Amino acid sequence: MTIELKDIETIAHLARLELSPAEQQEALKSINNILVLINQMQEIDTSGVVPLAHAYDASQRCREDKVTETDQRDLLLAGAPSTANGLFLVPKVIE
Amino acid sequence: MLNQGLADIAKALAKGEYSSVELTQAYLDSIAKHNQALNAFITVTAEQALVQAAAADARRATGSATLMTGIPIAHKDIFCTKGVRTSCASRMLDNFIAPYDATVVEKLAADGVVMLGKTNMDEFAMGSSNETSWYGPVRNPWNQELVPGGSSGGSASAVAAHLCPAATATDTGGSIRQPASFCGLTGIKPTYGRVSRWGMIAFASSLDQAGVLTRSAEDAAMMMQVISGFDPRDSTSVDLPVPDYLAELKKPLQGLRIGIPKQHFAEGLNPQVEAQIREALKEFEKLGATIKEISLDNSHLSVSAYYVIAPAEASANLSRYDGVRYGYRCANPTDLEDMYKRSRAEGFGAEVKRRIMVGTYALSAGFYDAYYVKAQKIRRLIKDDFSRAFEQVDVIMGPTSPHTAFPLGAKTTDPVAMYLEDIYTIAVNLAGLPGLSIPAGLVNGLPIGLQIVGRDFDEARLLNVAHQFQQVTDWHQRTPGMGI
Repeated sequence: MTIELKDIETIAHLARLELSPAEQQEALKSINNILVLINQMQEIDTSGVVPLAHAYDASQRCREDKVTETDQRDLLLAGAPSTANGLFLVPKVIE
Repeated sequence: MLNQGLADIAKALAKGEYSSVELTQAYLDSIAKHNQALNAFITVTAEQALVQAAAADARRATGSATLMTGIPIAHKDIFCTKGVRTSCASRMLDNFIAPYDATVVEKLAADGVVMLGKTNMDEFAMGSSNETSWYGPVRNPWNQELVPGGSSGGSASAVAAHLCPAATATDTGGSIRQPASFCGLTGIKPTYGRVSRWGMIAFASSLDQAGVLTRSAEDAAMMMQVISGFDPRDSTSVDLPVPDYLAELKKPLQGLRIGIPKQHFAEGLNPQVEAQIREALKEFEKLGATIKEISLDNSHLSVSAYYVIAPAEASANLSRYDGVRYGYRCANPTDLEDMYKRSRAEGFGAEVKRRIMVGTYALSAGFYDAYYVKAQKIRRLIKDDFSRAFEQVDVIMGPTSPHTAFPLGAKTTDPVAMYLEDIYTIAVNLAGLPGLSIPAGLVNGLPIGLQIVGRDFDEARLLNVAHQFQQVTDWHQRTPGMGI
């Protein structure tokens, strides 16, 4: 399985990455090389094998449903690129 | 005092041979002298370190010091440190001041351990040579034309060059063990779940694990004693008692059953490295261990499966970097999508973008079964191989890396060649097992590492086995020249 330039455009859009034409060409070449490595997996028959998502087959532990977080709004907003009135600011999305 | 390991430092501090402030200043001087050449630190927290050292000395004066109080160390810049830049070696987080401490950082600080600074690394821990850092490559103190390994290359270079006596590190596919091998250090990747991942910036969450880089197994045991244990804030943290690692070090190795995977002694392994590893195995036989060849039948597929699973998890984890709440935002975005796309394009380096793309592709509609599910099935087979092996043996040994450290730039244009660097280490992460690398010889004047893999949560045994080897050999005491 190999991918083409139009696939690179689709993947880059899904990943929300702006790529220059030169970067797209580089991505096409390197990702196809990586796919050769990855496709070695297809050598073996894994039918009937149960997928392992996590080293211990564990499911997420649930905690008690109670509030543990404290109000740290000002501290957390301090690291944001743009804020006003306790809110994160982004470019206008509704005209 | 810069030549001392943690155990000797602890004794000297307890006896009052020097203070934590004096020791911390000595390390800060060493950093000032050598860091420009090595680029091992991204941030040096000199002022804060001296304040912490003075507090540690005051604590000792009150009689409430622990074994680790006053010992200065460095943290890989993947661990959140409150009030201190936590960059993950990425432009994306170059301006990120962590609002809280990672559990690992918090536990060490609670013991009175002093932080000297934050070490360089591959960007978001994606790399095996420490060349993908936004802050430039780290150099290997054994030969500055060579890489220190990665992704924990800054931690490894700093410990090897005596810029700190120990450092924290993380390992997703070999990022502690391979730099340990290249820099002549002891490095342990604990069992998945043994050490809290809370506050450790996520790369591939089902594989990431925190550990340490030190100059001996005894030092690693001291660090592991502090950082191990259950943390309710990490949903994959495992609630098991932590053994007394220092006490366990002393057990004799009589009767230890060592498994040697034939796949790790096959084509691709440098013959001189193999010869040194086989010499090391003879030392274990002298100590009373028996050696048996085993087979990890699916180990040749571990790198392939890993390069689906790790990028897939990374693509999901790194979607949080959107230029909204923290981190880098591009200049003058025209709309929301432009802001996302350009912030991420400008904030991430080439390798990070490559892995996000691979992961996005592997998880996309139509390819999920062929890639992601297939990789998880192979992960099961790899774990089963280890389980079968551990019915016959207590630990598994082999080379950590097929060769010694390679020159800077040698593999940067060929991602697949770089990925194959972790050929002996990656399967251990997929299976969640603990793994350790210790210095086991020199080839052409450069260190090589012996990897020791154990059963789930058997870190005590790994440290014990490594320590007993270090009682009868001196490879771990070899240091790079460098006038240190």
